[in-house]
Amino acid sequence: MSVFDGLKFRKVHSPIHNLDPRIKFVYVISIFVVAILFAQIIPLLFLFVLQIPFVLLASVQRQWLRSLRGAAFLAGFIFVVNVGTDYFTSGYLLTAVNVESAVGLTLRFVVLVESFSVFFLTTSPDHLGLALEESRVPYEFAFAFTTAVRFVPVLAEEAQTIMDAQKARGLELEKGGLLKKIRNYVPVLIPLIVSAIRRSLELAEAMESRAWGATKKRTNLYALKLHMGDYALLAITIGILVGAVYVHFYVPIPTIVHLLQHKSL
Amino acid sequence: MIVAENVHFSYPNKVEALKGVSLTIKDGEFVAIMGQNGAGKSTFVKHFNGLLKPTSGKVCVDGVETTKTSVAALARNVGFVFQNPDHQLFSETVEDEIAFALKNFGFKPEVVEERVTWALNLLALTQYRKTSPFLLSGGERKRVALASVLAWDPKALILDEPTIGQDHDQKEILRQFIIQMQTQGKTVVIVTHDVEFVAECNPRVVLMKEGKIVAEGIGKDILTNPDVLTESSIVLPQIAQIFMKLSQLGLPKNIIDIYEAEKIILNAKESKPVK
Repeated sequence: MSVFDGLKFRKVHSPIHNLDPRIKFVYVISIFVVAILFAQIIPLLFLFVLQIPFVLLASVQRQWLRSLRGAAFLAGFIFVVNVGTDYFTSGYLLTAVNVESAVGLTLRFVVLVESFSVFFLTTSPDHLGLALEESRVPYEFAFAFTTAVRFVPVLAEEAQTIMDAQKARGLELEKGGLLKKIRNYVPVLIPLIVSAIRRSLELAEAMESRAWGATKKRTNLYALKLHMGDYALLAITIGILVGAVYVHFYVPIPTIVHLLQHKSL
Repeated sequence: MIVAENVHFSYPNKVEALKGVSLTIKDGEFVAIMGQNGAGKSTFVKHFNGLLKPTSGKVCVDGVETTKTSVAALARNVGFVFQNPDHQLFSETVEDEIAFALKNFGFKPEVVEERVTWALNLLALTQYRKTSPFLLSGGERKRVALASVLAWDPKALILDEPTIGQDHDQKEILRQFIIQMQTQGKTVVIVTHDVEFVAECNPRVVLMKEGKIVAEGIGKDILTNPDVLTESSIVLPQIAQIFMKLSQLGLPKNIIDIYEAEKIILNAKESKPVK
């Protein structure tokens, strides 16, 4: 569950938390695009370091580290698979270049996790819903999305309680082979699904009794407005994008292997 | 039966829920653990069948330390009925629901059959044997949950908030049922803040606050002590409140039993007729 911890929003005020979610989203997508643009270590490392000031400004280091730790397994997997396939396809040759390209791909994944983690850690579900609405997403969808995000921790807690209740009746989740293990989760999943459905029906009733959908055009208590910080972030984002495209097309990026060889010469 | 020694417990998010709790529950005892929300009651009782293990200190059940055995092994002796029956019901029929634990504990099919019939009968559920538990009312679902635990006849029974969402009749059935368990020598622990229910049952009362035990003793002493109760945000039972107000008439203050109250009031009336 630690990966999810790294995506869980906690309400605090920081310059990053107060940024407009739309601009933050544009920023995350830009980082995503730039990360896809490069497979070399140096620019990816640069992207990785670039986000650290954001993390520090938002003071979410601890949760952020946790999400990275959660992603470590998958990152390791990506590394091993890349080195492995290179090794087998190149006729059992393990070269420094292969290892470097695997490191690059792993780093790309880490950068993606990192930027999404920063986004979700610093953007409240309410803000997210508001951003969706202002981007002309129909309110029903925006609402469904924010509700889903908000109920994840609730469901996680409920799943724990259900597991406890079934363990108290002698259920051993870890017992048996793979198939048996999957079957063991039936007594946990059924109550969880039933209660989620029940909860959603109750939520629907509560919403309707508070006139949900009464008017087509809703007004919002909080309106999103761009501030200085948002424009600054937008400028930074455009700068990164332009810079990245320029570097991608016009600047040859040396590989680490290359650099090392030159030094030794 | 259950011995807790200086139990500390912190959740993974570093919240310290128990700050040194020691309690000994003897065989066949009836204990009510009370306290406001977040006092650590549920956290504490989850140590009795090993669902939670103490961060420091120790809990022994029948002389076995809970850290040295599995929840399944402990559950065989300590039955735990959760507050919300919907957190455990999953089978197609009530019968299967009750058989679930019995199968987990490896009872023979004919024993399972016999025990299911026995438990259904005990909680007046026989007519629902083939019904889906999801079609039953809230009170009935709660009874199914209880039956599914009683079926394996554990030596001790822990009931988490058994009176929540129950009407008066169901509470009375529950009370009768606990008395019956008592006569069979079972240990019963209830976690509750239903002060009237506790007053009627008159168990040994353990009062918790902020992860510590702040008072314990017989119901008659604890539930009539306004200082201790207010500290834990618990209101005195109504009978105790009346006798508190009547104390200037020279009546005793520590009364929670309705029959005792009646006797005292009648005596007072005879000796000093009310105008």
